[in-house]
Amino acid sequence: MKIKLTFWRVVFVVIMILGAWGTVVRFTQGLGAATNLSDQFPWGIWIGFDVLCGVMLAAGGFTLTAAVYILNIKRWHAIVRPTVLTAFLGYVLVCVALMFDLGRPYNIWHPLIMRNPHSVMFEVAYCVMLYTTVLALEFSQIVLEKFKLEKPLKFIRGALIPLVIVGVILSTLHQSSLGTLYLIMPTKLHPFWYSPLLPVFFFLSAIAVGLAMTIFESSISSKVFHRQLELPILQELGRVLYIVLWVYFVLRLEDLINRGEMHSIFVPGYEMYFFWLEIVLALIAPMILLSIRSIRNSPGGLYLSAVLVVLGFITNRLNVSITGIESWSGLHYVPKWTEYSITAAIIAVGFALFGLAVKYLPIFPEEKEHGTVAAHESATAPASVFVANAGN
Amino acid sequence: MSKAILYDATLCIDCKQCEAACAKQNNLPYDDKVAAEEVQSAHKFTVVLNKNDKYMRRLCMHCDEPACVSVCPVGALQKTALGPVTYDAHKCMGCRYCMAACPFGQPKYEWGSLNPKIQKCIMCPDRVAAGLPTACAEACPTGATKFGDRDALIQEARDRIRQNPNNYLPHIYGIEEVGGTSTLLLSSVAFEQFGLPSPKSLPSDPLPMYTYRVLSRIPDFVPLGGIFLGGVWWITHRREEVAAAEGAENDAKHNGGAR
Ligand code: SF4
Ligand code: SF4
Repeated sequence: MKIKLTFWRVVFVVIMILGAWGTVVRFTQGLGAATNLSDQFPWGIWIGFDVLCGVMLAAGGFTLTAAVYILNIKRWHAIVRPTVLTAFLGYVLVCVALMFDLGRPYNIWHPLIMRNPHSVMFEVAYCVMLYTTVLALEFSQIVLEKFKLEKPLKFIRGALIPLVIVGVILSTLHQSSLGTLYLIMPTKLHPFWYSPLLPVFFFLSAIAVGLAMTIFESSISSKVFHRQLELPILQELGRVLYIVLWVYFVLRLEDLINRGEMHSIFVPGYEMYFFWLEIVLALIAPMILLSIRSIRNSPGGLYLSAVLVVLGFITNRLNVSITGIESWSGLHYVPKWTEYSITAAIIAVGFALFGLAVKYLPIFPEEKEHGTVAAHESATAPASVFVANAGN
Repeated sequence: MSKAILYDATLCIDCKQCEAACAKQNNLPYDDKVAAEEVQSAHKFTVVLNKNDKYMRRLCMHCDEPACVSVCPVGALQKTALGPVTYDAHKCMGCRYCMAACPFGQPKYEWGSLNPKIQKCIMCPDRVAAGLPTACAEACPTGATKFGDRDALIQEARDRIRQNPNNYLPHIYGIEEVGGTSTLLLSSVAFEQFGLPSPKSLPSDPLPMYTYRVLSRIPDFVPLGGIFLGGVWWITHRREEVAAAEGAENDAKHNGGAR
């Protein structure tokens, strides 16, 4: 088979080489050589981005399955599969990222037999483990369909509603618990972000990002895979997103007022800039856009709002995990190249897997003939696939 | 009866005997180079700091309800009844949540190792269990570091402050901080100078309570959430069934939810 050299393939290969190099450094010299972490700053972007943002970006899985299967919004069914695929890949990659970040990755299974139920991390570990299994089962439908294995398929379909319910509960728990992780740090995390409501904020923003990612993905994959845009669905998602953002916004504002922080958010400073970056990207800009009907109903406007929401809440997670801790630790943490290269490689693998799955599995089943042609093209453009996946 | 270490900075002469004894006890290298290091690290569990000839010893505070113990997913860190907070490397997976959670920045990490351990003062648990003082307390020539029953040491610290009010800040660091600790500190100058969190900044509630308030709701949430979601599903699909039965659009095949 002749492999065509395209720009994005070259980029992909470069990212993978750098990632592999970083991996070698990580596993031959340890975390000290592979990261800029230190005793003062023990958690960096592998936790702040790969894990916190990874899980958040994969939230579309539970948001959409809940809407379609529990709330019975059948109109949205067409976009369930790519979203579940994204979520599944997202969680698998989060686990991969953890293997890099854990100092003793070969002990990753320890929570199975050594339990500390008072630990939020323990709870997150269990939820993520179980939810990845749930996603694998939900996703297995698609694989079983492809290979026409009717018996197990029937079984999975029969178990689908309980699976979805379990998935929604597990997601609610661990999405919010990623915020709970930081509740133990009232003296370390900057007051812009430390709040007893952190779990609520993490959960609500996961829903917002889940919706935004679904809009984002559908817009992108309609271009990449030359499919028709499910515009009416996306418009509805956009409206729901708008409401969720309002709820989050009001709670966040109320929380800042209650904790007496309203004054300090206007005092210039390092944290203040990052705080406003987050608020403008995640809330103010998309809420203005979505409030205007013509923008809210246009593919471009929806797409832009979704991108802003995603970037804004990525900023939020990085603020909680990095910006907000810096002043306590007394140093600026700047990730090392290896931390970037491994993160980039993990994301790239995610996009490649998404592309492969779309090519070989009935992810967009409703347009089969068309899909094959488009999917083929996608294989020559990992980059477009790059954009099509969950950012993980 | 729980034990404690009382460090009185006004009695300290910066001889660093405690540092040396600690290194010996824990099989760590100790020479002039290590002695000159002014930070705690994976190979230096305790350090005597000198700021304008005022001294302060830093070590794990051995909190009564330690953040590190509560966050460790695998229970590698444990608070023992006698006071020491101990560590079991065989359980640890290296997630470093203990480091992120400790309000005193005490757990340190072997960053250069491929099999890294958390390192911190563990208050000589074997010695303490055998009724001996910690190695540092035994080595201290002036009594600046003293080991004993926590209640008795608190009483003694109070007496020292009362007898020499001009020598001390009127505060025993470790009685109230994060719910109380098994390391108690006395000083004549502000503790913050030495990198300790200011007593005002630390809550008197143990930090694990902050997470427990949320975590303790989970056992209720799971069954209620399940019933709620099941109920919503039943209602949303019930309507359809009724509609189908009434001969409106036959949608019954969607009842299983899957396509
Ligand atoms: S000072 Fe830190 S490491 Fe020591 S017991 Fe308290 S929380 Fe744990
Ligand atoms: S690094 Fe080890 S000791 Fe610390 S919380 Fe994680 S598993 Fe527990």
